[in-house]
Amino acid sequence: MQEIIQYLFSGITTGSIYAVIAVGLSMLYSSTELINFSHGEFVMLGAMGILTLWVNAALPLPLAFLLTVVAVSCVGMIFERLAIKTVKKPQPITLVIITVGASIFLRGVAMIIWGKDPFSVPSFSSYESIEIAGAALVPQSLFIVFAAFILAGAIHLFFKQTLTGKAMVACAVNKKAAWLSGIPSESMGVLAFIISTGTGAAAGIFIAPITMGSYDMGTMLGLKGFCAAMIGGLGSLWGAFAGGILLGVLESLGAGLISSGLKDAIAFILLLLILYICPGGLFSAKVAKRF
Amino acid sequence: MAEPKKILIEHSIFLAVVTLCGFLIENTYYLQILTFIGINTILALGLNMLMGYAGQVSLGHAAFYGIGAYTTAILSTTFGLSPWIALLCAVGLALLIAFVVGLPTLKLSGYYLGMGTLGFGMIVNIIFREWSSLTGGSSGFVGIPMLQIGSIFFEAGRSYFFLVWAAVFIAVVLCRRILSSRMGRALRSIHDGESASMAVGVNTHFLKLQIFMFSAALGAVAGFLYAHFVMFISPESFGFMVSVKMVTMVVIGGMASVWGAILGASLLTLLPEVLHSFQEYEMIIFGLILMLVMIFMPQGLTRGLLDIYEHSYKKAGVKKF
Amino acid sequence: MRQSKIRSTLVVAVCVMLMIAPIIGASSAMAASIYKIGGVFDSTGPASFLGDPEQKTMQMMVEQINATGGIDGNMLEAVIYDSEGDPAKAVSAVNKLLHKDNVIAIIGPSTTPTTLAIVNFVEKAQVPLISCAAGVEITSPIKPWVFKTAQSDLLAVAAIYKTMQSKNIKKIAILTVSNAFGESGKKQLVGQSKEFGIEVIMQESFGPNDTDMTAQLTKIKSASPDAIVCWGTNPGPAVVAKNVKQLKIEIPLYQSHGVASPKFIELAGDAAEGIILPTGKILVTKLLSDDDPQKKILAKYEADYKAKFNTNVSGFGGYSYDAMVMLANAIKGSGGDKNKIRDALESTQKYIGVSGEFNFSATDHNGLSPDAFVMVEIKDGTWKLLDK
Repeated sequence: MQEIIQYLFSGITTGSIYAVIAVGLSMLYSSTELINFSHGEFVMLGAMGILTLWVNAALPLPLAFLLTVVAVSCVGMIFERLAIKTVKKPQPITLVIITVGASIFLRGVAMIIWGKDPFSVPSFSSYESIEIAGAALVPQSLFIVFAAFILAGAIHLFFKQTLTGKAMVACAVNKKAAWLSGIPSESMGVLAFIISTGTGAAAGIFIAPITMGSYDMGTMLGLKGFCAAMIGGLGSLWGAFAGGILLGVLESLGAGLISSGLKDAIAFILLLLILYICPGGLFSAKVAKRF
Repeated sequence: MAEPKKILIEHSIFLAVVTLCGFLIENTYYLQILTFIGINTILALGLNMLMGYAGQVSLGHAAFYGIGAYTTAILSTTFGLSPWIALLCAVGLALLIAFVVGLPTLKLSGYYLGMGTLGFGMIVNIIFREWSSLTGGSSGFVGIPMLQIGSIFFEAGRSYFFLVWAAVFIAVVLCRRILSSRMGRALRSIHDGESASMAVGVNTHFLKLQIFMFSAALGAVAGFLYAHFVMFISPESFGFMVSVKMVTMVVIGGMASVWGAILGASLLTLLPEVLHSFQEYEMIIFGLILMLVMIFMPQGLTRGLLDIYEHSYKKAGVKKF
Repeated sequence: MRQSKIRSTLVVAVCVMLMIAPIIGASSAMAASIYKIGGVFDSTGPASFLGDPEQKTMQMMVEQINATGGIDGNMLEAVIYDSEGDPAKAVSAVNKLLHKDNVIAIIGPSTTPTTLAIVNFVEKAQVPLISCAAGVEITSPIKPWVFKTAQSDLLAVAAIYKTMQSKNIKKIAILTVSNAFGESGKKQLVGQSKEFGIEVIMQESFGPNDTDMTAQLTKIKSASPDAIVCWGTNPGPAVVAKNVKQLKIEIPLYQSHGVASPKFIELAGDAAEGIILPTGKILVTKLLSDDDPQKKILAKYEADYKAKFNTNVSGFGGYSYDAMVMLANAIKGSGGDKNKIRDALESTQKYIGVSGEFNFSATDHNGLSPDAFVMVEIKDGTWKLLDK
């Protein structure tokens, strides 16, 4: 029993990482219908930013956090302006390849700037792991769950309560109609990118102390985030959040109860089953669309 | 009836170029690169049928590439079968797996189909890695025999080059045949509008499944050729990034174009070779080129280059193909 | 019209780049009386922690040899390609070296799969290859043209098991990374366990990019082994070390030589305390007794490397150091004849290098003895030699 609780805790730790990434991906999808395959690289940039500003330059943590998020969002904005907006008559698959290209590019840049070696970032708090019913929980993972929750909540409120947020959703539903009713759909696209890459950076900052950062950390994280967003149902923020936690817990239970070598396979088999049984994800109302 | 004639001419040109390359190029290094281009072309051709014509994206196609490679490796090395029998088994197995997996997966669409195929690819790759008694695990599978017909050995260099490009030619002809048949027309109708084609009585699900199986079979053939060329295989040659690379080849080359597949495969195989001299900056430049091509030629290179040609010469009556 | 201009400029730019690149690469390849030596390393990609120092060391060594007048008056030239850990890229790189650059010998690649992928091509072209990868499969069975300088995992496991015997450890659990390095380690750990009277009671694994290993460790903890052996390369094992502390597991933790670098202590921080691992002597040069035959070479390599690249030396670069020195010795007097170089390599005796003492023979193309490894414990953020 004690082991099961420990597996759940481990699952929540990993799952919260997937969740916070999935929330950013899902947010972008719900306002632009685009899956950003370089999202993982923005997460990596966040981790690299906190390393440079907090660990190396010794800035206070909140300031370093803010600067990193702002800087990475700027990179996101430049990316959108230069590489996404410039495509005429974009097909989703073309945009996907562009984001794949961007992920390779960003990884290359990060390798030149920060080198090939991994590095570690200290925990935000010096508390020891908390013990509940004989199972240990790392405080940093509580931070991450909290951060994912806050991010999802904030974006949810933004979409539901603010005019800009509503306008953004309108653009996603029907760009032309939104434009006709006076919504500047162009700037909505940029804004969506800024927010999405910003949340990616925040995710990177929070997970850096747990995962060890390196220039190639983003790919796998982005992929798992993508899976999580899929399980929850693309475009659903809370779905992405729940999908992330679910994926993490499944992996951890798979590793603990069945076989650690097959844990990814177990997670993916369950994922396929979910897709077969409720195509469109667990929490999505929309019917899946073809590209 | 100009179409068949045009196709005949195109095919003859293709054969002539391949033969010329084969006899004029002496250096084993260039022949080896061309061999890799050929193998990648077969992969891209298969995926192009699925993506370009049937409009279905697969992010797990490297799985079939791997299934082909591992089947032939295990049958011909561990069980001592003739590689040619192993080839039949590899294609058969790929068809079977594509059928079983395609049945539920192809009901999905869009990013969900992408995710479904991605998950399948991951699972297959984990099987390659974890079933180490059979596959050699992560350390890889050594000792795959050389191909042989009678007393002719196919080894790296000219003979293998011809073998691979003969396979490419057969694949091109097969794709063309399918496209000009009733099935091809039905396929294009799916791409343009799935519900409309369903309404006029096309069994879209079955058709998609058939094309999925066909592209899986081509993937297995490519895997077979790769395995007997390098004589060593390991799981990372068939991982997720390889699937992504295959999709990139198709899109960069130009979807729904047989020659686009060759162009895409050539570019993505040559580029890393050429970029070697940039060393650490290789990744940056590779990523940049990928983005630039897609930004300025969103229809892929074949379409893009044709557009430039038409624009700059403004000749009346330049025919599109 | 503007659109098409942008497009054609772009296409022209790409084409020009494609054409210029090989010229840049080949421009330095013209002069006579030069010995060309090829290098294939995983300088980027997942195994860059191996490939990067190996590549740097090879460049440094070639410069040093040229500075002292080359070999028999002939200058050396290093042609180095990056295989990125991809077997297909390694094959292309090696074919380029063999058939385009016409090198007389090749050093590398850095990992077992990339090495095994190119072995057939090297054998066929009959060019000597000195691999920097650890897998036992590379040199057993013996292939005439293939040598290697990295210590086999076999020796590392033997060193660990010897220490365990002295500490009276009987039951162990192993936790290996799911790539070639981890798998080779697992094979050796399980294979040699009987010989040392040790029982492997649990085998778990983790992915190279996994962020949390507490699930595996919880499972191991519940089986209560006498020790845990973790076999992997950074950053995974550092995460394992941290997780062990977080779960408050009191079982001693052993690591592999895959993490034998100061980087590991930096990554794992306090969690590294008390970990025992095998390492080449390079990590503990200062602790070696003065009569250790390797000490002088190690100190020189360390100083040279630091002076040139301004970073700390890593034990992995030593593989290409040894390969380069032995190759240079073999080339001496050969006149660039590949057969003579191969024969000279095979008869290398008592070469004392960074990784240990090498004695090649027709039946041994690795040539290291078990004392190539020493066992160290991490104490107060630094290495401490364990008594044999």
